[in-house]
Amino acid sequence: MNRPIRVLVAKPGLDGHDRGAKVVARAMRDAGMEVIYTGLRQTPEQIAEAAIQEDVDCVAMSILSGAHNYLFPKVVQLLKEKGGEDILVIGGGVIPEEDIPGLKEAGIAEIFTPGTPTSVTIEFIKNNIKRN
Amino acid sequence: MDIRAGIAAGNKRAAARLITMIENGEPEAVEIIKENYDKIGTARIIGVTGPPGAGKSTVTDKLAKLLRKQGKKVAIIAVDPTSPFSGGAILGDRIRMSDLNTDEGVFIRSMGTRGALGGLSKSVNGAIKVMDILGCDYIFVETVGVGQSEIDIVKVADTVLMVMVPGLGDDIQAIKAGIMEIGDVFAVNKSDREGAEKTATEIELMLDLNGNTEYRPPVKNIIAKDNKGIEELWEAIEKHHEYMISSGNFNKRRQKAIETEILEIFKQNLLDKIERLEKKGEYLSDLTKKVFNKQIDPYTAAQELSSILSKEGGI
Ligand code: B12
Ligand SMILES: Nc1nc2c(ncn2[C@@H]2O[C@H](COP(=O)(O)OP(=O)(O)OP(=O)(O)O)[C@@H](O)[C@H]2O)c(=O)[nH]1
Ligand SMILES: [Mg+2]
Repeated sequence: MNRPIRVLVAKPGLDGHDRGAKVVARAMRDAGMEVIYTGLRQTPEQIAEAAIQEDVDCVAMSILSGAHNYLFPKVVQLLKEKGGEDILVIGGGVIPEEDIPGLKEAGIAEIFTPGTPTSVTIEFIKNNIKRN
Repeated sequence: MDIRAGIAAGNKRAAARLITMIENGEPEAVEIIKENYDKIGTARIIGVTGPPGAGKSTVTDKLAKLLRKQGKKVAIIAVDPTSPFSGGAILGDRIRMSDLNTDEGVFIRSMGTRGALGGLSKSVNGAIKVMDILGCDYIFVETVGVGQSEIDIVKVADTVLMVMVPGLGDDIQAIKAGIMEIGDVFAVNKSDREGAEKTATEIELMLDLNGNTEYRPPVKNIIAKDNKGIEELWEAIEKHHEYMISSGNFNKRRQKAIETEILEIFKQNLLDKIERLEKKGEYLSDLTKKVFNKQIDPYTAAQELSSILSKEGGI
């Protein structure tokens, strides 16, 4: 069955930097994925609920404001509460190297920082989603 | 996840998964719909269509909020185009509906057209059924931005809301006549902009030419982003519904929709059978080669294909 991978691309928090998220969304579309783009300034609750309703394989969040240590884990936790523990969660943006181990521990599968080619992200999603 | 139990409990996660199964053509999804078919038919289906960027999502968001105030359960199916090159899509209608996300009584689902040309996805019908089973009172179906001949929405909606905007070029002719004809209610959105009255007049003039004496689609000026004119617009949608009921056209339209659906399922089943047949032997490709080499014509080839199909029976 030729099933497109569905990804929710979201910008949590008050951060208005959306260039990276749009670049990543477009690259995913060009790789044959269905990308649900929810726009700026989403609460973790909104992101988790949208991910459930859209039945996505992956939630991809972008933060350049520095609020990642709170917002990323919060989304993971809400997804679990809503029965979405099988959804792959990844993040990207301006995120200091030293924060990455903690985020991974909190359930964010991978973090993609500036300069990462989008092809790397796409390969990662293809290889790590939990449903086929 | 136990989809059946989830559906019975009205669980959104289960419903969302069932819609995915329908989109991916999983046979199990059909079985689940069949088992729940007695719960179908109570929701009202409202189509929202119009040119790209006219404000379809914004209007839908505002109408949904109005209905939520009345305590109604609302579902929204929002369709955006799939790229014919990559098969991927960016589905962006949710951007305008952010604060509905966390409302218990709202279910929003985005869909790519996945190759369908009529402005919808072929799974829309199935998604409507899932939301109906879930007990939604109103189901909005937002089409892709239309322009040429994307009129599949008439096949599924009880009322078609056509969202227009000022300055679509010098006249409404920019939107092809066939598309204008499917509107049951017209909204001229972005009436904060210049030319809104002129656009409304142009639509009225076009409606004069149509000359259905029994029901004339109303034209409402609205400013969706400021929530202006939304109540009047909803009243107009309700009036259309009342007219459809009292004239008996409601049942006629639904029957027509069912007929179309049966034929579409039938066609799809036939195509699926041919696909399965092709896995057993290369009938279609052999016939194709024969036509290409001018040994036979395509009409004869199609006939041969049907006789092979009936011989092979229940594949
Ligand atoms: C352009 C820019 C802006 C633009 C944003 C335009 C827009 N619409 O996006 C403008 C001028 C508006 C702006 C404003 C501000 N900015 Co600014 N901005 C930048 C800048 C220079 C580049 C960001 C960018 O667009 N890069 C290009 C894109 C393509 O790259 P990217 O976003 O990093 O994405 C890549 C990867 O990170 C990754 N990725 C990103 N997201 C995701 C998501 C997923 C799921 C995945 C898989 C991958 C992924 O993949 C992408 C491709 O490789 C950065 C500095 C920098 N070099 O990063 C500062 C920067 C982000 N800004 C910063 C600041 C402070 C601000 C302001 C607060 C400034 C102010 N005082 O007013 C405001 C806040 C705006 C707001 N409302 O939030 C700081 C943030 C500091 C921090 N994190 O602690 C930075 C880091 C500059 C700095 N060194 O101080 N900014
Ligand atoms: N000026 C003005 N802008 C509006 C109004 N309503 C919506 N918009 C804006 O019009 C743009 C498009 O709105 P959408 O609701 O996304 O339009 P759409 O028809 O759903 O677009 P597609 O689904 O992409 O075809 C957005 O930037 C809205 O903010 C309005 O009443 N007045
Ligand atoms: Mg829209």
